[in-house]
Amino acid sequence: MSDIEQSLREKFAEDVMAVSDFRGDLAITVRRERIADVGAFLLSPEGGAFAMMLDICGVDYLGREPRFEVVYHLMSLETKERVRIKAQVSEGDPTVPTVTHLWKAANWFEREVYDLFGITFSGHPDLRRILTHDEFVGHALRKDYPLDGRQELSRPTPFAEE
Amino acid sequence: MGIETAIGSPAITTQLDKVVNWARKYSLWPMPFGTACCAIEYMSVVSSHYDLARFGAEVVRFSPRQSDLMLVMGTINTKMVPILKRIYNQMCEPKWVIAVGACACSGGLYNNYSVVQGIDQYIPVDVYVPGCPPTPEGIIHGVLKLWEKIEKESVKDWK
Repeated sequence: MSDIEQSLREKFAEDVMAVSDFRGDLAITVRRERIADVGAFLLSPEGGAFAMMLDICGVDYLGREPRFEVVYHLMSLETKERVRIKAQVSEGDPTVPTVTHLWKAANWFEREVYDLFGITFSGHPDLRRILTHDEFVGHALRKDYPLDGRQELSRPTPFAEE
Repeated sequence: MGIETAIGSPAITTQLDKVVNWARKYSLWPMPFGTACCAIEYMSVVSSHYDLARFGAEVVRFSPRQSDLMLVMGTINTKMVPILKRIYNQMCEPKWVIAVGACACSGGLYNNYSVVQGIDQYIPVDVYVPGCPPTPEGIIHGVLKLWEKIEKESVKDWK
C-alpha cells in the first residue's frame, strides 16, 4: 500500500471507495461529496503537497450506474509523485463540489467537463461553456450525442467580455 | 464598368479585360486564414526557398481589407464559421478564395460534431488544393490554377 493511499485511508476511511494501482498509476475513487475535502488534504503538506492540478476529465460509462466519472490528475512538485482521484457521478444528479478554491487551474478544466459532459460543479465561480459555442445544445462528448451533431452558430463569439 | 458604357465598343472592353486580368493575376495580395499545419507549409511557400514572389503574390496582408486572395489553410470548426464569413465579407471585390488542404476542402479526416465538412458550405471557393498538408509546390500550383481562372474573367462581371 502506497503512502498516499495509507494516509487517505486513515483520514477518510469512510469515503475511499476503491483503489487501483495499474503499473504504478495510482487511482483512488472517493465519495463525490468529499472531493473538495480530499483535495484540500492532498494539497496540504501532510497530504503530499499535490500543488499541481494537471487535468480534470470526465468519462461517460454509458449503461453503467453511476454513469459518469470525474478524474482529477494531481502531481506533487516536491515528491514528483502523481495520483488520480476519481469521483463517480450519477446521471440523475450530475453535481460535484468545485475545487477551484484549491487550484486555480481547475476553473477551466471544470468548465470543460461541464461543457462536454454536462456535469455541474457546485460553487464554481463562472460555470460557462468553454469549447463549444454559446448556442450549442447538449453535451458533445456524451456517448449518446450523435457523432455528426453539428450545430451552427449565428454570430461570432466575442473574444473578450463585453 | 463605367468605361464600357462611356465608350460603347466591345472591342475595347476585350482588350481592357486582358490588361486588367494581366495586372490582377500578377499582383495577388494574399490574406492567410491559417488555422492548422497547412499554414506552416504556406510559410515555406512565401519564404525564400519556394518564393511566391516569383508569381507576384508575396505581399501577405493580415487585414482582409487590403487583400484580394484568401487562403483558408486548416481545419474550420463550427465556432469559427461566423468569423470566416465576416473576414470574407470584409474583403473588397474582386476577391478569390483558395481552400488549401484536406480540412478546408472537405473536413479532412475529422468527421465529428465540431468540424465543418468543407468551407464551400459557407463561402465560395475558387481553387481546391488537396493534400494533408499539400506540398509547397501544390500551393503554388493552386495559385497558377487561379491565374487561369482570372484570365477568363471580365471586368463587366465584377460589381
